Amino acid sequence: MYATRRHKLTGLLYVAPALLFVLVFTAYPFMQMVWMSLNNWSLITPPRFVGLDNYTRMAADKQFWVSFGYSLKYTILITPILMIGGYLVALLTSTNTPLRRFTRTVVFVPVVIGLGVSSLLWSWLFNPIFGLFNRFLGELGLIDQPVVWLGTDEGVSTWAIILSVVWKVLGFGMILFVAAIQAIPAEITEAAMVDGASYRQRVTRVILPLTLRTVLLVTLISIIGSMLAFDQFYIMTAGQPFNQTATAVFYVYLNSFPYLKLGYGAALSLVLAALLLVFTIVQLALSRRSNA
Amino acid sequence: MTGRVRRPGRFLGASFAAEGVDQTRVGALPGRLWQGRTKYLVGAICVFLSTIMLMPLVMTVLASVKSTADAAAVPPLYVPRGLSLDSYQRLWDYQAGLPAYLANSFGAAFLTIAFTLLLVVPAGYGLARFNVPFKEVIFILLLLALIIPYQALLTPIFLMFAKLKLTNTLIGLAILHTAIQLPFSVYIMRNSFEAVPRELEEAAVMDGGSSWQVLIKVFIPAVVPAIVTVTLFAFITSWNEFLGALVIMSKQSSFTLPVILAAARTETALGGTDWGMLQAGVTISIVPCVAIYLLLQRYYVSGLLSGAVK
Repeated sequence: MYATRRHKLTGLLYVAPALLFVLVFTAYPFMQMVWMSLNNWSLITPPRFVGLDNYTRMAADKQFWVSFGYSLKYTILITPILMIGGYLVALLTSTNTPLRRFTRTVVFVPVVIGLGVSSLLWSWLFNPIFGLFNRFLGELGLIDQPVVWLGTDEGVSTWAIILSVVWKVLGFGMILFVAAIQAIPAEITEAAMVDGASYRQRVTRVILPLTLRTVLLVTLISIIGSMLAFDQFYIMTAGQPFNQTATAVFYVYLNSFPYLKLGYGAALSLVLAALLLVFTIVQLALSRRSNA
Repeated sequence: MTGRVRRPGRFLGASFAAEGVDQTRVGALPGRLWQGRTKYLVGAICVFLSTIMLMPLVMTVLASVKSTADAAAVPPLYVPRGLSLDSYQRLWDYQAGLPAYLANSFGAAFLTIAFTLLLVVPAGYGLARFNVPFKEVIFILLLLALIIPYQALLTPIFLMFAKLKLTNTLIGLAILHTAIQLPFSVYIMRNSFEAVPRELEEAAVMDGGSSWQVLIKVFIPAVVPAIVTVTLFAFITSWNEFLGALVIMSKQSSFTLPVILAAARTETALGGTDWGMLQAGVTISIVPCVAIYLLLQRYYVSGLLSGAVK
């Protein structure tokens, strides 16, 4: 009954504000960023068209490779931990007993607090003198000297940050995995049990294949989130030592704001966005093929 | 806590069962025995996991009520020797003062909620209930920000805001947070409007209501759960967002809570960071998020599911 022309226009009127908003505050900035990336743009001097110079410059920019390589490394290290850890916790808590429900709630709590704030929390825990982490490890007999966790050694800093981020976001994957596991019809798992499948067989042959789509989806979300990591590095290591832990977004930020090399920053942003788009396309292709 | 007290007695049975059999062949155990053992093992792991997950939060809250002397103790104390609000007092007076930063954070969050709802409720209605021309193209355009991460768009947005005099304003920050939150919210709203039964709408149209009256009288009451979900996520996103606030709010008096805390961490680094005050700030930042989550857990989880599983 709403198919008349007048109603079409009414509908458009309802959609218009949101559409206008996205055009002004997302689409237009995106196009401007493409334009900026083709210019030498510094706020101080007027923009000068330089073609693809900003892009060719990256090849010779050591910090570009360090930063993008580091984001990739961080992503490769943390994603399996988040996926496997989140899935194990989901298997552990997927049935609805009060204790498991409680555990789910507790594991999810850090997800709702801010990454910036949780990074401040952990930078205190990791503080070599006033932080509790060293004291706790010392009491367990795992270390005998206070360890400087953040900002002096690239490897140690990376693992410390990974620990804090796993604590912060483990619950995100868990909650989606729990929902996927609970959506498996009871008859299927019961049939497997009647056939004498052990718990492990049920997980690998039944539960995992039937939740594969969710696993792929959460993997993608986690990869994108990790590739865009900024807050935890800005707060916990400030990119130290020697900008070795300055992630891709960190480097974009440094170029655009403190250095005011806006054109170069825009080019870096676009490369990062393109990289993420590739990941998204690969994931979509995989999940089509899994066909679940 | 009660679970912990009761457990040891029962645990004996569990460990006895575990000792008595060949561990590698648990699958072959008589079902009841095996299930009993697993049940306690799972229970123990749950308690252990919950403890580990809660520990950092508990420690932070405890650290925030340490006296200045306790906060400076080496080695650091797990539990303060007495209760003190010194840290909160120092935070209250820090720079422009806690009330100013709280006002900024809450202000940005409420504006984000208002902007998001004003845009997204009509958009969801239009997309779900009208034959809008080029509907799917528009829908994909609205989801655009899902493909372009906002972190990558900050530079041009900053330049635009500088021209429009929106830097260092709550409206500017709220616009950015709305842009971040919009795709997810449009998606939720459209689905929710589509799920409203036709009969409800038709009855109202028969009574001669205009599309606007139908929206207010029929649809809005029917999509309240989606509105709650969108509000909740808009609040959490805005309250927690860091990088955008760092870039757009450059004047210290316009900082949001996470930004002033991050600044306090580096600024006092010369004379030693005031960790007590920082943990007071962390505690205050965490409280609204956790409270909202615990109160509205149902909406939170359902929002996450419908937003992620498309």
